[in-house]
Amino acid sequence: MDTLNFIEKIKSGEIDIVEHTEKILEECRQINKEYGYLNTISENLALGQAKEIKKQLKSKDKKIKNKKLLGIAVSVKDAICVKDVETTAGSKILRGYKPLFDAFVIQRIKEEGGMIIGKTSQDEFGFGTFSINSAFGIPKNPFDRERSCGGSSGGAAGLSQKLKNHIALGESTGGSIATPSSFCGVYGLCPTYGRVSRHGLIDFSNSMDKIGPIGKTIEDVALLMDIIAGHDKNDSTSLNAKSEDYEKYLKKPIKGMKIGIIKEAFGQGVEREVEKNVYNGIEELEEEGAKAEEISLELPIKYGIPTYYMIATSEASTNLAKYCGMRYGASEKLEGSFNEYFTKVRSNNFGEEAKRRIILGTFARMAGYRDAFYLKAAKVRTLMINEYKKAFKKFDALVSPTSPMLPPKFSEIEKLTPLQHYLADVMTVSPNVAGLPHLNVPVGFEKNLPVGMLLIADHLQEGKLIQLGSAVEKGK
Amino acid sequence: MEVDRKLLEHVAEVARLKLSEDEIMKFLPQLKELLEFFSQLKGIETGDAKPSFQPVELKNILREDKEGKCLSQDEALSLTEHKKDGYFKGPRAV
Repeated sequence: MDTLNFIEKIKSGEIDIVEHTEKILEECRQINKEYGYLNTISENLALGQAKEIKKQLKSKDKKIKNKKLLGIAVSVKDAICVKDVETTAGSKILRGYKPLFDAFVIQRIKEEGGMIIGKTSQDEFGFGTFSINSAFGIPKNPFDRERSCGGSSGGAAGLSQKLKNHIALGESTGGSIATPSSFCGVYGLCPTYGRVSRHGLIDFSNSMDKIGPIGKTIEDVALLMDIIAGHDKNDSTSLNAKSEDYEKYLKKPIKGMKIGIIKEAFGQGVEREVEKNVYNGIEELEEEGAKAEEISLELPIKYGIPTYYMIATSEASTNLAKYCGMRYGASEKLEGSFNEYFTKVRSNNFGEEAKRRIILGTFARMAGYRDAFYLKAAKVRTLMINEYKKAFKKFDALVSPTSPMLPPKFSEIEKLTPLQHYLADVMTVSPNVAGLPHLNVPVGFEKNLPVGMLLIADHLQEGKLIQLGSAVEKGK
Repeated sequence: MEVDRKLLEHVAEVARLKLSEDEIMKFLPQLKELLEFFSQLKGIETGDAKPSFQPVELKNILREDKEGKCLSQDEALSLTEHKKDGYFKGPRAV
């Protein structure tokens, strides 16, 4: 049953919202035992919302029937604040932290009748490609539990594959929506930087963090995007752009749209099975009337990783300075000087990858190194944005694989060095550096594992991505 | 650029982290490898390109200078055990 039909059945009372919520929460508990997708199941919140909706449905107030997400279960990446629900961003340093307020996106979802069912597992603060860098559960791939879900929104993507009548809120800094969506065979849309408010999102890299929807269908993604996009005065980087009806793009034909196949994103370093399936996806777009041709984009593929990691770790190292064991989160016995106390709290509670990135970022910003690393990366970023902008004069969207590989086994990931980890982000970092919206579209299976195609569009052109993603979905 | 133990310990101290001996032994070769890889940025000709600190153009947003709703003192203090007389209690400053 598709989401809109389901919402109608909730409205008409054919499905009892409270019974349905109890059932979904039980399903979450069962799935969680095997797959570890949720750090917290917010049972009281979801049931409270369900009872309130049931009461309102029985009353004469008809406003409830206009709510766009009525009764839909929404899971939330653990880096996004939900009032009174433990929010850790996957870090021990935030264990027990229960925010005093809802993030902007959570307020919007609640207003539209969406039910918050829990907080999904992730890499600590988003630091990872495979969701293994967590102080809590490590999510397992829905198609093979010995393999990774991708990261860092791994729990969100895995749960989207497994749980019906549910949409997930993910977050991406360098590919954390697209990569797990690809590994779990679902749709994931990372919006333009600033399109969705970051108010209430726990910062990783504030010039790149974006909240976006992950869903089993492109319709689900468009539906949630409709609700969370828009200006918010509480986020100084929120774009003051006109609101859009993203659902209208679902049925728009793609005839005549121009697709640029990024030449450097195919061939060496990309698994052959991945490439084959992505080409199938491009063929489906062509069958629907789009025109595809190759384009060379050297900078984003060749220098995306160093550019991204220098900016991301620099910003992360300043953002993480606020965790000092004083006002919230982990604390220790108050003894010693300021510096001794802060050092103790941070050293005892940050995970290994968090420490590595704090050190990298602190280094890149230090006197003597700042120009060569951080500032240089920021200049390369300008060139990269220009290169993309030039391409979008000719093309409606660009295409590459989402990941160069099929979901790897945990035993294989263990053997990777940090640099090899970072290199796995080659396809996704650059659109993130440039703040461009991008969408993972599932295009096929290989060895029973999903393959994803990455579509990238110009700033604020999320609609085109939904249009193209929908065309591929229909073609299947 | 020489990435050695001294530099690593200095950077960690600036970041308010104390690394264990195991962490130092692990991080040192990793950082050398990473920074060498990141050094390839130096080879890119950026000419007179200005650095981008944001990916999209942003306008400064100002709000009216009016009192708004905020957390109460009790709420603000509710998430820590280190408090006294309505204030946060911190470690000694000197």
